[in-house]
Amino acid sequence: MIRSRTFLLVVPALLVLALLPLGVGGYILGLLTLAYYYAVFAMSWDLLFGFAGEVNFGPSFLIGIGAYVAALLNHYFNTPIPLCLLAGSLAAVLAGVVLAVPALRLTGPYFGLVTLVAVLMLQNLLVLFAGITGGEIGLDLPDVLAIDDTTNYYYAFAFMVVSGGILFALSRSPVGLILQASGQNATQAAALGFNVAKHKLAAFCISAFFSGLAGAMLIFYLGTASVGTVVDIAVGVNVIIAAVLGGRRTIIGAAVGAIFLIGAGELLRPLGQLATFVVSAVALVVILFFPGGFLGRLLHTGGAE
Amino acid sequence: MQALQILIDGFAISSLYALGATGFTLMFGVSGVLNLSHGAIMVVAAVIAWWVAGTFGTGPYIGGLAGVAAAVACGFFTYRVIVKPIQTSGAIPKEEKEIFVLTGTLLWGIMLQEALAFLFTNNPKTVRPLVEGVIPILGVRTPYNEILTAVVSWAAIGLLYLLVNKTRTGKSLLAASMNPRGLTLLGFEMSRIYVLVWAIYGVLTGIAGVLLGSFLGVSSDNAGTLTASAFSIVVLGGLGSVSGSLIAAYVVGYLETVTAYLVAPSIRTVPVLLLLVAVVYLRPQGLLGRR
Repeated sequence: MIRSRTFLLVVPALLVLALLPLGVGGYILGLLTLAYYYAVFAMSWDLLFGFAGEVNFGPSFLIGIGAYVAALLNHYFNTPIPLCLLAGSLAAVLAGVVLAVPALRLTGPYFGLVTLVAVLMLQNLLVLFAGITGGEIGLDLPDVLAIDDTTNYYYAFAFMVVSGGILFALSRSPVGLILQASGQNATQAAALGFNVAKHKLAAFCISAFFSGLAGAMLIFYLGTASVGTVVDIAVGVNVIIAAVLGGRRTIIGAAVGAIFLIGAGELLRPLGQLATFVVSAVALVVILFFPGGFLGRLLHTGGAE
Repeated sequence: MQALQILIDGFAISSLYALGATGFTLMFGVSGVLNLSHGAIMVVAAVIAWWVAGTFGTGPYIGGLAGVAAAVACGFFTYRVIVKPIQTSGAIPKEEKEIFVLTGTLLWGIMLQEALAFLFTNNPKTVRPLVEGVIPILGVRTPYNEILTAVVSWAAIGLLYLLVNKTRTGKSLLAASMNPRGLTLLGFEMSRIYVLVWAIYGVLTGIAGVLLGSFLGVSSDNAGTLTASAFSIVVLGGLGSVSGSLIAAYVVGYLETVTAYLVAPSIRTVPVLLLLVAVVYLRPQGLLGRR
């Protein structure tokens, strides 16, 4: 593993990123902090896609549930942050199970639709009960993770590395390989004797846990929880694009994609309106010409691992 | 009196939804593509219609034609540049082609949306009504435009029906949706069929977009919601079933109108979403779905 190409690329990159605060200003740190949380979103998505083979069109459903449960607890009951994080992730896992139930019975585009509907419903509900949830404006939170940029940066960085490590290790473990088989060809996996449903459910729960936890941490970093930052369809779209861009089924690729997306979006801000256009165009070009994504290109696997 | 108002408005909205959804489901039925830039193409049609009519001083009819032409152009672009390369690409494994097409069309839809916002701002635009004036129907003052929306929608759907069921070309489309391989064996050129279906898609979606623009007005912000709407109707009716999506369009249209009038306009999408959840859990193939 020490000699694998992935390792050779990732470790130096992580070292550079870890040392970044020593030479770089708060603006870039803040940007990267956001990117790291998105990286966890994308990696969790990639786990679900790579393993359960399920295209989740509404990752922001799981993210949003994790974030809002944590936010509501903190805002109304002043629950300390660690407990909120725990509650948020558990709520997200529950939501993941709820999502998994139809998924295990539906195929193809139907499951995608369930996930899409889930996000729309959550969004509508949150806006409908704006009195409690703060609606579009959001809930402000009495507690935050940290005040200064560097501490926030390291929280996010550590979180990303640990989550990424766990997710990556999972993807390479025997359990992970069975999951991958179930995702790519459920019938064959079942024929080989694996309990596909059980493994897919596990994939859902793991993906939900990390998405929810990341969502909860994100809002404590931002200081408010609003529909636009954690539930909106746009968030989900960004997550999917990041994962596909970086290289699906690689886990690490998703993180790369997320950092690229957030970074590129910011770099192009001077273009104003056109920024989203350009990022989408680049993403489209990558998808058309390098379907293996960034990581696929770099590692020359072309996505066909 | 309000009941009649609801009946009329609901009918017009539903007819429009039906037209928008028909193209979407036809595309899925024949070529297996869920075009997530659908809403954006509708908005393109409406905005181009508005722009041509406004900037060049032509009447709303020429504008409307320009809008439809723009939609057809976008459709072809979507097919040739995004969908076809992905479908024929050797680098993408077969199981993943669908998600790539979805992501590709999604990105294209976003590009269209942002380009529109950049070129024309995201302020809502209304296409000048093709027919001005109001007529009382049993006491309810209804704009001619609203009637026209329903009439044109149904005319388009009717023409489609005639095309698919009575002409040879149309029947080959139907056959392609049932058994593409069989059709190839019979000597039909699938690529010609795909071009045809994308052309029909462009026309249907273009008309729907222009009508939407003149009936309710559009803004580039609506693109995503329109796609989601079409997607929901099509799943409710059953993916691939045109008659199913027709019925579903009316269910959705009336459900929304009734909710907007009797409860509150802001939550008019909620009953539809609940219905969708119920359908997906209880009867995922929709009303009349196959495939």
